[in-house]
Amino acid sequence: MPEQVQPPNKHVGRRTLRRENLALLTGKGEFVDDLPVKPGTLHAAILRSPHPHAEIVSIDCSALKMSGVHAVVTGKDLAERTDPMLVGFQNPIDYYGMATDRVRYMGEPVAAVAATNRYLAEDAVEAIKVEYRPLAAVVDPLQALAPDAPLLHPRADSNCVSTRHFIHGAPEEAFAQADHGATLTIRYPRNSITPMETYAVVAEAVAETGGFDVLSNFQGPFSLHSVMTRALRVRSNALRLRSPKNSGGSFGSKLTIFPYIVVLCVLAGKAKRPVKWIEDRLEHLSAASSAANRVTKIEAAYTEAGKITVLRLTHWDDNGAYLRAPMPAPLYRMHGVSTNGYDIRNLEVTNHVVVTNKCPSGAVRGFGGPQLYFAVERMMQKVASELGMDPLELVRRNLIRPEQFPYQAIAGALLDSGNYQRVIEEASAAGDLDRLKQRKQAALQAGKLYGVGYAACVEPSQSNMGYISTLKTGDERRRAGPKDGAVASVTVSVDATGSVNVVGDSVPQGQGHQTVLAQVVADQLGLAPDDIAVALDTDTAKDGWSLAAGNYSNRFSPASVSAAHLAAERVRKKMADIAATMLNAPAEDLRFENGKILAAHNPDNAVPFYRVGGLAHWSPSSLPEGMDPGIRETAMWSAPELTPTSAKDEINTSLAYGFGFDFCGVEIDPATGVVRIDQYATAHDCGTILNPGMAEGQIRGSWASGIGATFYEEFAYGEDGSFLSGTFADYLVPSACEVPEFQLVHPTPTPSPYTRLGAKGIAEGNQYTTPACIANAVADALGFEDVLLPLAPAKVLAWLQSSERPPAEGTAPAKAEEGKPRIGGSGEVQVSATPESVWDILLDPQQMAKIIPGCDRLEAVGDNRFRGDVMLGVGPIKGLFEVRLDLTDLDKPRSAKLVGSAAGPLGSSSGAGVFNLKPMEGFATLVEYSYSIQLSGKVAAVGGRLLHGAARQLIERFMAALARQAGGDAAAEVHSTWRALGRRLLALLGGAR
Amino acid sequence: MNLLESNIRHLVRFTLNGAQVEGYAEPRLLLTDFLRHELGATGTHVGCEHGVCGACTILLDGRAVRSCLMLAVQVEGAAIETIEGLAQEDGGFSPLQQAFHENFALQCGYCTPGILMSMTEYLRDNPNPTKKEVRVALSGNLCRCTGYHEIVNAILDAAKALREEDGASS
Ligand code: FES
Ligand code: FES
Repeated sequence: MPEQVQPPNKHVGRRTLRRENLALLTGKGEFVDDLPVKPGTLHAAILRSPHPHAEIVSIDCSALKMSGVHAVVTGKDLAERTDPMLVGFQNPIDYYGMATDRVRYMGEPVAAVAATNRYLAEDAVEAIKVEYRPLAAVVDPLQALAPDAPLLHPRADSNCVSTRHFIHGAPEEAFAQADHGATLTIRYPRNSITPMETYAVVAEAVAETGGFDVLSNFQGPFSLHSVMTRALRVRSNALRLRSPKNSGGSFGSKLTIFPYIVVLCVLAGKAKRPVKWIEDRLEHLSAASSAANRVTKIEAAYTEAGKITVLRLTHWDDNGAYLRAPMPAPLYRMHGVSTNGYDIRNLEVTNHVVVTNKCPSGAVRGFGGPQLYFAVERMMQKVASELGMDPLELVRRNLIRPEQFPYQAIAGALLDSGNYQRVIEEASAAGDLDRLKQRKQAALQAGKLYGVGYAACVEPSQSNMGYISTLKTGDERRRAGPKDGAVASVTVSVDATGSVNVVGDSVPQGQGHQTVLAQVVADQLGLAPDDIAVALDTDTAKDGWSLAAGNYSNRFSPASVSAAHLAAERVRKKMADIAATMLNAPAEDLRFENGKILAAHNPDNAVPFYRVGGLAHWSPSSLPEGMDPGIRETAMWSAPELTPTSAKDEINTSLAYGFGFDFCGVEIDPATGVVRIDQYATAHDCGTILNPGMAEGQIRGSWASGIGATFYEEFAYGEDGSFLSGTFADYLVPSACEVPEFQLVHPTPTPSPYTRLGAKGIAEGNQYTTPACIANAVADALGFEDVLLPLAPAKVLAWLQSSERPPAEGTAPAKAEEGKPRIGGSGEVQVSATPESVWDILLDPQQMAKIIPGCDRLEAVGDNRFRGDVMLGVGPIKGLFEVRLDLTDLDKPRSAKLVGSAAGPLGSSSGAGVFNLKPMEGFATLVEYSYSIQLSGKVAAVGGRLLHGAARQLIERFMAALARQAGGDAAAEVHSTWRALGRRLLALLGGAR
Repeated sequence: MNLLESNIRHLVRFTLNGAQVEGYAEPRLLLTDFLRHELGATGTHVGCEHGVCGACTILLDGRAVRSCLMLAVQVEGAAIETIEGLAQEDGGFSPLQQAFHENFALQCGYCTPGILMSMTEYLRDNPNPTKKEVRVALSGNLCRCTGYHEIVNAILDAAKALREEDGASS
């Protein structure tokens, strides 16, 4: 970014260093878990469902009489003490934040315990016994709609809980008249941006209001405050929400902390003490939030000249097990820009909101944009290739032209400003598109797999609070009354010594808002940013705030900055009026500079800024007639362009719309399927740049998470609904080695006419463009259509091998195999004992207890039936399991079948195995065995690599122990036999390296 | 090996950023929890508690370790350094901190303590790394905000400043 993009006497536009860094770089940040709590504060831990779908038969908390445990809540308490949490439309889902009668996803809260410390709370959680009756689960949004699919919510008649159909223009006629048509089906995966700091809540019941005081890292929007108060059955002003100074990132995810706030309030109410809960990483990955995965069928019609005349989008948005407000907002936040930046005047959209047995969806940076634009931009590539046209030429022909702004898109977005063609020109020149094309030619000539991709996006910022109402019919909207606008609030005050304080509602999660607001206010008041104190920790009991408050959907630059600008302008005006009486000059002629207020025409006629501030406090009688004392201005700012949804379902979903354009070249290794980015350029026009250092940081951060979404990140589920990516070793986040360098292009900005400083949001662009751009390049390189994210090498390799024809919808071969957490294998081991003595060991609980790794005790509970407690560990996760074993099909001393199950707080498993004992020479026995184990719960969630390793180890230890038990010190010999077997077994398990 | 009884708090003494500290810990108490909640050294952050993210990295007798994978009782007698000890005597930024500041190498700052500690060790051993080497060294620390580019630049700047400082003092 350029060092300076504004006149030299202005602070806005400068690369001002962040004031936030002073604390953060010295370990003095103030995150929730860093702050002191009241003496006596308890700590919570949450018991979670090991099943994707099951009825809760019973919950037995009788073991919780242990010392240090103060309270427990289950779904029953929630159902008694709270009301279901509302979403934006009537629906058949009762959601309490905790399972009441059924669990519907793995990781769903089932009970919460408050104890004197976290360790005791976790012990207590493990002592709760829950009996479940497992139900069939469904994880695929299309399969969820089948008539025989398991129904998640009994009050619903289908797993599709909302369908809306929109016609803009005349799509049917446009399809009928078209020269050509194309159809594409997209499956966008589940991912999130998993902030480094997890959810954190401290809740306390407040006797005098009957309400609650909550400190958390909730990010807003504060429209959810009323969802919480309705659920908790308290007046709105009885729920005091506070956020500390620092939050460790959010990227949308800390919106859906609100159900936990409700649960923690109930727990604190029951415990009669403050309760603190810090989510752990497994909880975050399995149960916090995820972008909805989505199936989109996109159809387009176009002319021979490459003009797209109509789009038809059918979305199946998979929101997981429950809807949590403002879901399914991502579908609707992008509705107005369904045609992206293209001048397409006919559009048909059908939105299906589907529920499945997965973690409920939530906000993720990009909020509906990645899913939508991936479909639209993939379609652009497909149309170009069908026409044999350069995809960039097709993009250019369809983009809105500069003279068309402000441009009302067919679905209602009022695109404020832009020069999309110029951005493309500037990006192509600065990013050296010509070189890229030459590299492609050279690579193709050398027989390499090389592709070029493009992607464009309109980047919305500052959401219209009314857009979610588009989900309702016109009639329902009329009955509910209008909803629109987006109020931002900032207060600027000047104290008796002339010091300036700024308080705002932007709830930052690391973006540097304090620094930027200081820059904005300093410019208005002729001060240095360092003179301005900015407090952005929030407190609903004291701050100015409204529904839209918070940090989401690119809100800060258009909204909070405009409010700060307006509040500072009012302060300036008031101070000018006071100074006018002191300087005997008209207020309009006064300038604010270097800590002084002075007459423009006679700079010597000046008064220090602090004197004017002082007068307003020390001598109200000296103020101009009728003026209020003190100086404190709160601006509540909303833009008139944010109008309600029209009768024809048109909605201006956001206020200001930036533009992004990316292109890239990728090379694919035909041996491994690895996609390497050879060259990448990205350009963003976000209007006025407030601080280039921070704007660039937003782009680079978004780029890295775009790379994550493209190549690595996916919340994986088995077909049975088991969750498979519960650690950062399974849910892969790009490290410094995986995020490549790219060319960042700074196009000529087109400021927004609708925001006070012309600024638009900049934080989301690469969530939209990067996955689409790289997927287009891969499609180009392979001549393959159904490019599915993330681009795991095995998947790409499979496409490469299938060459022309794609795999069946949504199932890449590599994925399907690793998708199920089933462990199986077979092997053999030699034991220095007769088959009879091996047989005796295997049927004797006391001897078995000695050789089962981690087993304390095994008891016979019937004929050839055993139960026992076994400590099992997988990677970092360890837990006590109750194991039940049945021996059947006994053929003494030759073979038997073993059917067993293990259940514990970490999950459950069931399995079966067969062993054959074959006599060998010299009183030895060959034990042949095979087994298959199915896992669910936390153990399954830690994923493939760890499980395979753990299974191998367990069997290794079991066999070594068996050999030892049976044959004295023959263990060493057996062990060496084992090594060869181990390798074979490993190969069988797919773990061989 | 010294066997400690569970459910009993044991005295643990070590030096934290040069100062002698002590406290009581049950054997199962994680070092992160001990530092943060017993000693109030909340600068060390917890991102995953399973050893992957690097947010909790501290220096134990000069080597970078994951404090989430250690028990408090294991550091008896050790010398521990954390982010709280990085600044200069006068409270001013160290060259590494300064470089992070000037390069916009942090946003939320949650990953930052772990990165600063990993890189303190790294630059001690590798005063003149290439960009690529820095990326590899950094790969044990996850950051979700910045995209790493500015962090890499900051580390290279800090290496340069440290070399100059070294050159001037020797
Ligand atoms: S918290 Fe220790 S490595 Fe993540
Ligand atoms: S700065 Fe937020 S995670 Fe690195």
